[in-house]
Amino acid sequence: MASGVKPRVKVPKTASAGEVVIIKSLISHKMESGQRKDKEGNIIPRSIINRFTVEFNGQSVLDMTMEPAISTNPYVQFEATVPEAGDFVFTWYDDDGSVYDTTKSVVIV
Amino acid sequence: MTKPMGKTLSAIALAAVAFGAVASADESADLVVNGDLRMVTRTAAPAHLSDALDEINSGWLYRKDETQSLQTDDFDNPGMIFVDLAQDEWDRVDGSEGKSCSSCHDDVADSMAGVRAVYPKWNDGAEEVRTLAMQINDCRQNRMGADKWKYTGGDMAGMEALISVQSRGLPVNVAIDGPAQSMWEEGKELYYTRTGQLDLSCANCHEENFGNMIRADHLSQGQINGFPVYRLKNAKLNTAHARFKGCVRDTRAQTYKPGSSEFVALELYVASRGNGLSVEAPSVRN
Amino acid sequence: MEFSRRDTLALGLGAAVVTLLPFSVNAATDDVIASFTGGADMADTGIELTAPEIAENGNTVPIQVSAPGASAIILIATGNPTPGVAQFNFGPLAGAQSASTRIRLAGTQDVVAIAKLADGSFAKASSTVKVTIGGCGG
Repeated sequence: MASGVKPRVKVPKTASAGEVVIIKSLISHKMESGQRKDKEGNIIPRSIINRFTVEFNGQSVLDMTMEPAISTNPYVQFEATVPEAGDFVFTWYDDDGSVYDTTKSVVIV
Repeated sequence: MTKPMGKTLSAIALAAVAFGAVASADESADLVVNGDLRMVTRTAAPAHLSDALDEINSGWLYRKDETQSLQTDDFDNPGMIFVDLAQDEWDRVDGSEGKSCSSCHDDVADSMAGVRAVYPKWNDGAEEVRTLAMQINDCRQNRMGADKWKYTGGDMAGMEALISVQSRGLPVNVAIDGPAQSMWEEGKELYYTRTGQLDLSCANCHEENFGNMIRADHLSQGQINGFPVYRLKNAKLNTAHARFKGCVRDTRAQTYKPGSSEFVALELYVASRGNGLSVEAPSVRN
Repeated sequence: MEFSRRDTLALGLGAAVVTLLPFSVNAATDDVIASFTGGADMADTGIELTAPEIAENGNTVPIQVSAPGASAIILIATGNPTPGVAQFNFGPLAGAQSASTRIRLAGTQDVVAIAKLADGSFAKASSTVKVTIGGCGG
């Protein structure tokens, strides 16, 4: 597992039923592109987050594949519909097999 | 490599023309963070500087709109994730004494409020001018029994950012008189001394040419109220000494070590040039 | 393209020359597009791509894509060593078929976004982003 990888998401805590909310996500990750070389001239192997998924109560909001051209500390902003109270589950998949996730609950007002 | 390649030159010339049009600092921009924290990004120069400059202003004003907007929201600000990581570090036990920062300092927001704004400052007990990094390492080594952190490493930059956030919006206010005075004078001399193959002093760019373009960079006044800074260029937090080292190296001079007394003196002096600007750290720059 | 010896020695800027030529679409880009569209035509309305005219730094360039009703949008950096950047697949609970992210651009180039719209057709938008070499700040 890569070190210092920390996800961060901004989700409103409340919403009205059916409201569309803006969600921001960030994960601290180097996103080693596989283009850089070390001091000896050897390619530093690629090691990135390659996929980011967002689900709400089990239904898909966004499924994003990422390639090395996504910047270090991948940031993604998008919109989601909140039909009912429930949980947003955010999942990031690392080239090295690690999976990072975080969950945020939304209450209907 | 002095002869430009034909097509490269015309493309660069095109870019240069475009720069001429957008090069000016966004005079009217106002920095408000999270909708409620208004930063002072331009103010009257402090008394010690008033013969050289009328106004001091923040590096934030010299960046493009997209970069400026990254700093207006703590979520969009990529530097803030390192503040989060440092908050975890604040609470983590480290070293032989079984303590974390919070063991002595409790909540960082209470204990560190206003601290960054007055650093570097004279430390009576140690009888020296201390930077935040020196104080952090002193606590780690002597109170926590922990290893000291690399002066410009990620751990140190993150902790400096966490502590700086607790002064965010407050005016920089470092003391330049009293026991700190001789170090301040030393820093001032360094600032105005030409150095390196390019024979440049800090002042040549940052006092005499702020607002102009140096190649593709929009020169600022070189203030450090926003340090540690998240640079888009290396996608991480950078400390003042790391930047000083780079600047001196860029004049093609033998550069100084981070933590050296030269850089401590320079940090004190450069910080004082920003007295009155708001602490912006972690800021976002190119 | 002729290079004098001095030019050739200029730090291998050959790649930079390619990326500085506007509208250069290389074979790899064509492949990425073809595997998404299957070779179908692409309309030039129905998708919006927002990118800065001049990037402050090629390491972190904010971009936004939006295509109402789309099931997916792909993002391509035509001048990068590998052109594919991302694919956004929108699920049933997407509030809008739009997303913002930050990307790396190796040099001045066209950034292209292609959407697969609700009716199965495709739409394309393109934006030229100038990426500078940098100044003294390195």
